Amino acid sequence: MKILVPVKRVLDPFAKVRPLPDGSGMDTAGVKFEMNPFDEIAIEEAVRQRDQHPEIEIVAVSIGLPEAEDQLRKALAMGADKAILIESTETFDPPSIADELAALARAEQPDIILMGKQATDDDSNQVGQMLAAKLGWPQATFASKIVIVAGSVQVTRETDTGDEVLECALPAVVTVDLRLNEPRYIALPGIIKARSKPLDRRAPTTSPRPRTRVRRLDPPPARAPGRKVASVDELVGALRERGAI
Amino acid sequence: MAKTLVIAFDPAEVASGAGFATALGQPFDVLLITGNAANNAGAERTFLAGLDSVPPADSLTPSLVALARGYSHIVAVSSMRSKDIMARLAGALDAAMVTDAIAIESPTVYKRPIVAGAAIATVETLTEPVVVTFRPAGFPEPAQQGEATLEPITLELSQGSKRISESMHGGGRPDLTQARVVVSGGRPLKDAATFEKVIGGLADQLGGAVGATRAAVDSGIASNELQVGQTGKIVAPDLYIAAGISGSTQHMAGIKDSKTIVAINNDPSAPIFEFADLGLVADLYDAIPAIRAALDRGK
Ligand SMILES: Cc1cc2nc3c(=O)[nH]c(=O)nc-3n(C[C@H](O)[C@H](O)[C@H](O)COP(=O)(O)OP(=O)(O)OC[C@H]3O[C@@H](n4cnc5c(N)ncnc54)[C@H](O)[C@@H]3O)c2cc1C
Repeated sequence: MKILVPVKRVLDPFAKVRPLPDGSGMDTAGVKFEMNPFDEIAIEEAVRQRDQHPEIEIVAVSIGLPEAEDQLRKALAMGADKAILIESTETFDPPSIADELAALARAEQPDIILMGKQATDDDSNQVGQMLAAKLGWPQATFASKIVIVAGSVQVTRETDTGDEVLECALPAVVTVDLRLNEPRYIALPGIIKARSKPLDRRAPTTSPRPRTRVRRLDPPPARAPGRKVASVDELVGALRERGAI
Repeated sequence: MAKTLVIAFDPAEVASGAGFATALGQPFDVLLITGNAANNAGAERTFLAGLDSVPPADSLTPSLVALARGYSHIVAVSSMRSKDIMARLAGALDAAMVTDAIAIESPTVYKRPIVAGAAIATVETLTEPVVVTFRPAGFPEPAQQGEATLEPITLELSQGSKRISESMHGGGRPDLTQARVVVSGGRPLKDAATFEKVIGGLADQLGGAVGATRAAVDSGIASNELQVGQTGKIVAPDLYIAAGISGSTQHMAGIKDSKTIVAINNDPSAPIFEFADLGLVADLYDAIPAIRAALDRGK
């Protein structure tokens, strides 16, 4: 059984970032890049599934700049068996990423594509569902528990009102949510050791066909500054004055 | 072909869908998947699928593809359900997609927050059709428009994932994303019972909904559908009360559209005080009972 895990290189989700003054992008000066935290959860889950099902092979893939090697090395250090870096300097919007991943899936024939539900940079939450549609595979998004049974996967997924359990025949696309697991910590030596694992670089097999384009980025509108109140009575008084209660 | 299809998964989404479609400025039809529509909300045609519940995305989407073919824009209110289904629909239609639109500049240009709200992106769509999910706060609902002529329609469900079980939490309280008042709690709430008593108690007194941070959800104090933030629910109440919440960017991304934000935190340097309209430096276990008593006195 093969699990394919797409991995995205994103701005450190905990850094304070802002758009460049000319609106052409985010100001990345001095900001680290990390693996999208949801993708880290997906890799962790694949590794834990392999603990139970030793026949599983885990392939991590990233599409983007050569620097994404760092994130793939981390995926390998966490336990992925091999990595594929699809190198390109072109902009792939989510549908273009889904097209490229669909091409890869047709070649690699994974049983499960396990991926983050969204990337913390563009917050689109699109690729997994688009990919599943393009492949005509079942999908289970926002997974908080995954059980692989013969020929299918049972996914507990988060919903607007609680959760539900879906059974998807394999192959299937599963996107993961935060509660699924807590990824293991990998110290630097672990990442260096993973250098002996195979990392295959290739060119994209599709050319990106962007269906959207970001024209500019602006800082969010500032909220009017607030104030501290000295007591509960002052708070309740202020809320009454504003008509908030 | 400049026409919008509003997909409403339940009747509560018809009015906000009509609000967005009106702002888009094109004639629109509504497809209501479950339940019944009381009025047409300005739609030219209202299709009624009459399903008992919303099927899994993979079994529902093929029938939506067939229907969506005649439209330039297919839109739905942002929710976990719509993100699941509309993105699959966009994939099947090979469409452009805009997630979480907060403003419309034209039928091909939208604004949406990215990087946990650290930037507002102006996004241009380059192809048709366009699939959009939107946050309703920015799009006022149009006035009632009289009786709808409802057209029953049959959605042929495809073979797909099987729903084995479903559990709904909550019950009784207003919907978090629609509520006028939201009271949220964070990590320092000791356990589920304390959370329910302290946060739930104040929410009930104010007729509001309950929210939580991811830290509270992770530690099992609050259930997952209460999570507010970048990767949880987006709320826009008149009053948001955050108790024992530090103010991480991920949490704040979900509450920025609230009219009044109140923070109760015992650390005067907590980042949430930078955003709060009214900040109270206090232990929440003292402050909340005192607020409830003050509210009682004020009646
Ligand atoms: C990919 C990703 C996505 C995320 N998405 C979300 C999201 O959607 N929503 C979300 O909320 N988080 C999200 N997070 C988590 C987020 O980064 C923070 O960890 C989380 O919001 C912190 O929750 P908290 O404020 O409850 O806890 P803490 O940060 O621990 O803050 C607790 C606060 O309570 C105060 N306090 C302690 N005791 C008391 C007391 N007795 N009375 C009053 N105050 C007290 C403390 O001073 C502190 O400020 C995400 C993280 C990642 C990595």
